[in-house]
Amino acid sequence: MDVMHNFELYQPGSVADAQAVLKDNPDAWIIAGGKDSLDWFKDRVKQPPALVDISGIAELHGITAQEDGGLWIGATTTLTEVAEDAAVREKFPMLAKAAGLVASPQIRNLATLGGNVAQDTRCVYYRDGFPCYRAGGNTCYANTPTAMNREHTMYEASRCVAVTPSDTAPALVALEAVMVIQRGSRQVEVPASEFFIGPEIDITRMTVLERGDILLGVKVPGKWAGSRQYFEKAADRNVWDFALVNVAMAARTEGGKITAASMVCGGVQCTPRRMSDVESLIVGEAPGAELEGLVKRVAARGARPLNFNHFKVPLMQNLAARAVRSLAV
Amino acid sequence: MDGIGPFDPTVGYPSGPAIKEIGPEGRHIPLWKPLHMSRRAFLRGVVCSGTVIAGSAYLFSTASPARADARAVERMISLTVNGRTHTVDVPPNETLAFTIRYRLGLTGTKVGCNHAECGACTVMADGVTVYSCSTLTHRVRSKEIVTVEGIAAPDGTLHPVQQAFIEELAPQCGFCTPGQVVSAVALLNKNPRPTVDEARHALSGNLCRCGAYDHYLRGVMKAAERV
Ligand SMILES: Cc1cc2nc3c(=O)[nH]c(=O)nc-3n(C[C@H](O)[C@H](O)[C@H](O)COP(=O)(O)OP(=O)(O)OC[C@H]3O[C@@H](n4cnc5c(N)ncnc54)[C@H](O)[C@@H]3O)c2cc1C
Ligand code: FES
Ligand code: FES
Repeated sequence: MDVMHNFELYQPGSVADAQAVLKDNPDAWIIAGGKDSLDWFKDRVKQPPALVDISGIAELHGITAQEDGGLWIGATTTLTEVAEDAAVREKFPMLAKAAGLVASPQIRNLATLGGNVAQDTRCVYYRDGFPCYRAGGNTCYANTPTAMNREHTMYEASRCVAVTPSDTAPALVALEAVMVIQRGSRQVEVPASEFFIGPEIDITRMTVLERGDILLGVKVPGKWAGSRQYFEKAADRNVWDFALVNVAMAARTEGGKITAASMVCGGVQCTPRRMSDVESLIVGEAPGAELEGLVKRVAARGARPLNFNHFKVPLMQNLAARAVRSLAV
Repeated sequence: MDGIGPFDPTVGYPSGPAIKEIGPEGRHIPLWKPLHMSRRAFLRGVVCSGTVIAGSAYLFSTASPARADARAVERMISLTVNGRTHTVDVPPNETLAFTIRYRLGLTGTKVGCNHAECGACTVMADGVTVYSCSTLTHRVRSKEIVTVEGIAAPDGTLHPVQQAFIEELAPQCGFCTPGQVVSAVALLNKNPRPTVDEARHALSGNLCRCGAYDHYLRGVMKAAERV
């Protein structure tokens, strides 16, 4: 069995206690469900000397209604809880669906929403410990003539060609959620669209979270509550596998026409990619075969596939068209 | 190199890679860089450094480092498994699968992949299924753990799921069976009358390399009629 390195484990009962431990141990690693972290440790690619298990902090857990008709979802709320919660299903069905499509039932039972958005990328070279750009080296092993890069990016590559692996991230960006972060004594609110960062901003991390930061939870505003929503994930297998491409859409229709739309695509870029071209195309139009044809033409505009991921272009186009089709009925 | 042929102990073979390139200042330029320490290299590293550490001692991490910080977790914990509370010495880096199998001797729980990708290690924690291979024991120490050994009645009567799996010839090699049993029982505890789709969904985190999925599914549906 792959045995993990030795580490000190802390199980604080409050955010303040967790912060105190994080302050005393600058190299400490936060662990919530551990479903991303333990793989790193078993493979011995990352060996932090101390772990801070935040799953016992009551204030980080649970789903509560907000005044604006939205929801507050604590960072350590499990994906199963998000997927099965009555309020989430009623107001934000695509978030429930996205959470319910992550990995497998047993993983969702422990994995947290906070961990899902904060997880690291799944580029196999990086995960296997290759000294690539993201790991502090000076090569990208996934972007060479023979590299296996069918899971990798089509947009905004900057040295690194890894993609965002999360299924809930596109849903949260489409719903215009706000991430609430405890940084020192301050609470910082970051829109989901700015929470995820690409390699051109910082190649060593996927989000704005810095060492010592604790994600408290996610505020999903009432803006899209009860709207028409769609989430679809295309993966090799229905269970365990990460999305090759996933699409999340929230929209409103009136009199057969689309009046507002927010569409975001995952798995094609280092951050969830807003499909602005599709959004501006469909607003004011009536869903139908003609619109779907146009959507397919703009959905993957500007894509620059690598050697083995050209299939993502039609995948993206078709997923966008299917999302629009869901508004027809 | 003249070293072709059987190994000759009297020859002083050069160590390391045969081809060496000499840099401008006569320095050796390595042709490759180790990617990272593999587990094997680590094991060898430990043994060669002369540290007295047997394989099992390495696995069990018995040499506890001096506790630097009193806020960190204690190793001695009580763990409730199948209704019995055990006092066990669990280092922080130990997974639940490891504790169950090697400290409590409950080897019904299998470890297939050890990476949360197969389901052989499925156990219940407070009635919810989890992969014990990818869960720190300390993370669930306050929860009630149920393994496959805790499914049958104390007098040995099989649970309807176990009985139905036998009748439907579900296990082929049987390696995934403990996990399938636990997932199926957890489903029926929560939802005694599942639809086929609900049952399929509940068992979707359990891989069966023998491909006996339909047999397991029929077993769950049969058991649902009896619970
Ligand atoms: C076999 C397998 C298949 C998977 N398939 C999918 C999939 O299909 N889709 C998908 O989206 N994911 C998938 N995942 C990834 C996994 O589901 C997510 O990574 C999971 O949601 C992580 O949650 P966690 O709580 O277990 O994370 P952890 O491992 O506990 O944490 C992940 C990271 O987030 C940080 N973190 C966690 N919580 C906080 C917080 N509150 N504040 C600051 N930092 C924090 C941790 O420091 C760590 O770096 C898969 C994982 C495995 C092992
Ligand atoms: S051994 Fe735990 S999931 Fe495979
Ligand atoms: S019976 Fe052999 S793995 Fe399922």
